[in-house]
Amino acid sequence: MTKPMSVFDISGRAMSAQLMRLNTTASNLANAGSISGSADTAFRALKPVFRTVTDRPGVATVQVDRVVTSTAQPTRRHEPDHPLADRNGDVWEAGVDSAQEMVEMIETARQYQNNVQVLQTAKTLTLDTLKLGQ
Amino acid sequence: MDVASDLFGVHGAALELRSQRLAMLASNIANAATPNYKARDIDFDKALDLATSKGQGVGKALAGATGYRVPLESSLDGNTVELNTEQTIFAENAMKYRTTLSFLQGRISTVMQALKGE
Repeated sequence: MTKPMSVFDISGRAMSAQLMRLNTTASNLANAGSISGSADTAFRALKPVFRTVTDRPGVATVQVDRVVTSTAQPTRRHEPDHPLADRNGDVWEAGVDSAQEMVEMIETARQYQNNVQVLQTAKTLTLDTLKLGQ
Repeated sequence: MDVASDLFGVHGAALELRSQRLAMLASNIANAATPNYKARDIDFDKALDLATSKGQGVGKALAGATGYRVPLESSLDGNTVELNTEQTIFAENAMKYRTTLSFLQGRISTVMQALKGE
């Protein structure tokens, strides 16, 4: 039998999941302006898929199930002077919406902070409980 | 009635329920971005009533008083966690946990005083 999930497990694993999300956002933003010679090789945004991990009724944490590539298509631009341009003089710019990625980044940071706050509260309460009767 | 419930009265069960509720609210906050996650919570008064007056154990009382949160506004991804609500309730629960702790502290020091005969 595995031991029941504590608040530390719940928030800790949620923090890992949020960090993973922040990593994908960072990758997406880093590749936002990258140019490619064909639509197939162009960078597409990475998105983590979150999944609930239930321990017992009402107690659950979250984990990254898998990372999928977004269906957003790279944008084609006509730029005959570009060294990577194909025969028609077209290049493909990574299919990343940087505004959306920035929003995602801020949301991730906020939710990470929330989990840290939960952890801190749980820690103080546990320590207070340990001091009971002294 | 066992020694602990004689000594601590309602506060022993209350502390355990508060701690379980803390885990539940932490789960809701952890799943703030999970699609289709349904936030859950316990009706504390009902749970405490079940655990003390009705004489059921804390585990049973918890199962009997757990419900789903009704969101103020529904979201497209089917997630019913509203962070502001959860954070407010989490803070309230933490404060009440502390309150219960100080009630217990008071009870313990009273008994200690009686035992020492000071």
